[in-house]
Amino acid sequence: MTRDYRQYLRVEKLPHVWCPGCGHGIITHAIASAMADLQLDPDQIAVLGGIGCSGRASFLFQTDAMHTTHGRAVAFATGLKLARPDLHVLLVMGDGDALGIGGNHFIHACRRNIDLTAVIYNNAIYGQTGGQLAPTTPTEKRSTTSPYGNVEHPFDIARLAMAAGATYVARTTSFDFPEIVRFVRRGMAHKGFSVIEVLTQCPTYYGRLNDLRDPSQMLYEFKSHTVSLEEYHQMSPEEQAGKIPIGEFLCEERAEFIESYYGLCQLGRSA
Amino acid sequence: MNKQEFVQGNEACARGALYAGCRFFAGYPITPSSEIMEYLAREMPKVGGVCVQLEDEIASISAVIGASWGGVKAMTATSGPGFSLMQENIGYAAITETPCVIVDCQRWGPSTGQPTKAAQGDVMQARWGTHGDHPVIVLTASWVREVFEMTVLAFNLAEIYRVPVILLLDEVLAHLRENVTLPVAGELEVVERLEKTNGRMLNFGAGAHLMITGMAHDETGFPVQGEKAAQHLKRIVGKIEEHKERLMRYQGFYLDDADFLVVSYGITSRAVEAAVERLRAGGVPIGWLDLKILWPFPDKLIREIASHVKYILVPELNLGQLVREIERAAAGQAPVAHLGRVDGSLITPEEICKYVQDEVARVQRVCL
Ligand SMILES: Cc1ncc(C[n+]2csc(CCOP(=O)(O)OP(=O)(O)O)c2C)c(N)n1
Ligand code: SF4
Repeated sequence: MTRDYRQYLRVEKLPHVWCPGCGHGIITHAIASAMADLQLDPDQIAVLGGIGCSGRASFLFQTDAMHTTHGRAVAFATGLKLARPDLHVLLVMGDGDALGIGGNHFIHACRRNIDLTAVIYNNAIYGQTGGQLAPTTPTEKRSTTSPYGNVEHPFDIARLAMAAGATYVARTTSFDFPEIVRFVRRGMAHKGFSVIEVLTQCPTYYGRLNDLRDPSQMLYEFKSHTVSLEEYHQMSPEEQAGKIPIGEFLCEERAEFIESYYGLCQLGRSA
Repeated sequence: MNKQEFVQGNEACARGALYAGCRFFAGYPITPSSEIMEYLAREMPKVGGVCVQLEDEIASISAVIGASWGGVKAMTATSGPGFSLMQENIGYAAITETPCVIVDCQRWGPSTGQPTKAAQGDVMQARWGTHGDHPVIVLTASWVREVFEMTVLAFNLAEIYRVPVILLLDEVLAHLRENVTLPVAGELEVVERLEKTNGRMLNFGAGAHLMITGMAHDETGFPVQGEKAAQHLKRIVGKIEEHKERLMRYQGFYLDDADFLVVSYGITSRAVEAAVERLRAGGVPIGWLDLKILWPFPDKLIREIASHVKYILVPELNLGQLVREIERAAAGQAPVAHLGRVDGSLITPEEICKYVQDEVARVQRVCL
C-alpha cells in the first residue's frame, strides 16, 4: 500500500488558520509530500513546531506532534531525539522563531550535527504578532517596528547554518513546490542536522507594509530575485547584487551526535 | 546489605535520580548544582541513559520535556539564575502535564548574588515563577540521605500527578558530605511511567499521533477557548489542590503540649532540631514542625496547630517567604514571627534558642 501525502496530514483539521495567500500552506503541503515520497511510517514521525504562524503547522500533521514554546522547538527535539533515536523528528519554525529568539539553540544543533530536519518558513517578518522586524528582514524594508525602513543587516540562514556545522543545507522559495519537496525529502533522508530554508510570502504584513499586496506578485518576486547557486557563482559581484542564490548548498557526511553518544554508551558499558 | 558511605548532597541527588529510573538528564553548569551533572555524565552512559550538557538552561528544560514525551524519566538541575531561565518551560510542562523533575540548589540573592552561599530565597519563585495559574509540587530536604529519598519521591509524584516537580536544595546541603547509608534496590517505592491513561497512549512513537501544545486545549490536545479553557485550567490546578492532604509530608515533634512552635524546612531544620532539644531540656514547652513539601502548602495543618499554640517562629534563609503563608494559614490564632538570615551563613541553634528564650521571657512578663 502506498501512502498519499494526505495520510500525513490531519485533513479533518482543514481549512488551516493562515491568511489567504500565505505561503505557509504551500510548505506544509510540500513537507507532507516529501514524507509520502519517502513512504515513512507516520507512527515513526514526530513534528515539532515553535510559536508563530509557521509553528501552527505542527497541528496539521497526522503524526505525533508538539507545538512547543517560542524559539525552543530545536531544544525540545534534541531531548526527544536523544530519548527516541528511532523517530524521524522534523521541525517547522519561523525565521523569527528559529533565528531570533531560538538562534542559540539553532546554531548549537548545527554544531552537534544532531539528526533532525529543520524546515524554516522564512517570510522575513514576524507574522503572528502583527508584522514586526525579524532578524531576516532585508535592509531598508519596512515592518511595524521599522516604519522608516530596517537599518540592520539580515541573517543569511543558509550560510549561517553551514558556518555553524549543519551537514545538509538547502534554500528555495514557495514559488517552487517540487523543489521544496525534493529538498525536504533529501533532508529527511540525510543523517545529521538538515536545514531547509524556504522563502515564503506573508502578504498580510510583509506585503502590505512593502507595497506588495498581491500574493502572486510576491511569488513572482521570488522568481525574479533568485538564481541557482551554479548561476550565482558565475555572476560578477555587480550582477550578484540583489540576487538570492537558491539550491542545495551542502550535503556532507560527518559524525552525527546521537550515534556518537550511544557509541560512547557502548564503550561506557564495556568499561 | 546497606553500606555506610561518605556522600555529598549533590551526589545523593544524582544517585536518587538513577534509583528512581531517571534515564535522561540535560543541564548547564552552575554553582552549586554542577556535581549532579558531573556525576550523571559518568554514570548515565553505563546504564544506557543520556546525560548531556546543552547550550543553556532553557535548552535543558526543553530537552527534558522532549525526552519525557519520548517515554523516559527526565531531570535537570540548576541554581537561581538558571532556574529563572527555565520558568517559561516549567509552565509548559505544567499545562502539557509532562512529568519531569527540576532540582534548584538555591544560592544567595537575585541575579548572580553569591554563588557559593546558601539561601532559601526561591521558595516563592518555585511556586509562582512561571506566569499564570498552574500546578506544581515543591519538595525540600535537610539531610544527605533525605536528598536521595526526596529525589525518588519527586520522580514518583511527577509520574502520579503528571506535573513538574521541583526539589529545592541549597548550597550547603548540595556540597555537604555526610556519612550515610543510602537505600538499596527495593527499599523505596518507585512509580513507573504509565503507558496509557484513560485508554490513551502517553508517549511519542506509540502510534497515538499525540498533539501536545502549551495553548489551552481539550483532551484531544487541540486548542479551545472560553468555558473549555476555564475547565482545562481548573482541572490541572485542581489535580494538585484536591490532593493536598494526600501530598502532605512533614514531621511533627512535641506538638501535643507545645506552647511555642517552630516551623522550618530544608537546611534550617538541622539547626532547629538542635535548638528544640536544648530548649526542651531547659523546660521550654516548644514544638517543631518540619515541612518536607512546601507546595501545595499545608494550610489545614498549620491552621490546626496554630489553634493551640501561643506563638509561632519561622526561621528561613531569606527576608520572609514561607512565613507569609504560615501567617495566612494561622489566621490570627497565634502571632507569627520571622527569623531571617541573609548574610550567607546558616541560622545557628544558638540564634534560635536565644530568640525563643527572649520570647518566652516576654510572654511571661506579659502574663504576670
Ligand atoms: C517568549 C515569547 N516572546 C514573544 C512571543 C510572541 N511571539 C509569538 S510568535 C512571534 C514571532 C513569530 O515570527 P516568526 O517566527 O517569524 O513566524 P511567523 O509568524 O512569521 O510564521 C512572537 C514574537 C512569544 N510567544 N513568546
Ligand atoms: S500573518 Fe502572514 S505569515 Fe501569518 S498567516 Fe497571515 S500571511 Fe501567513
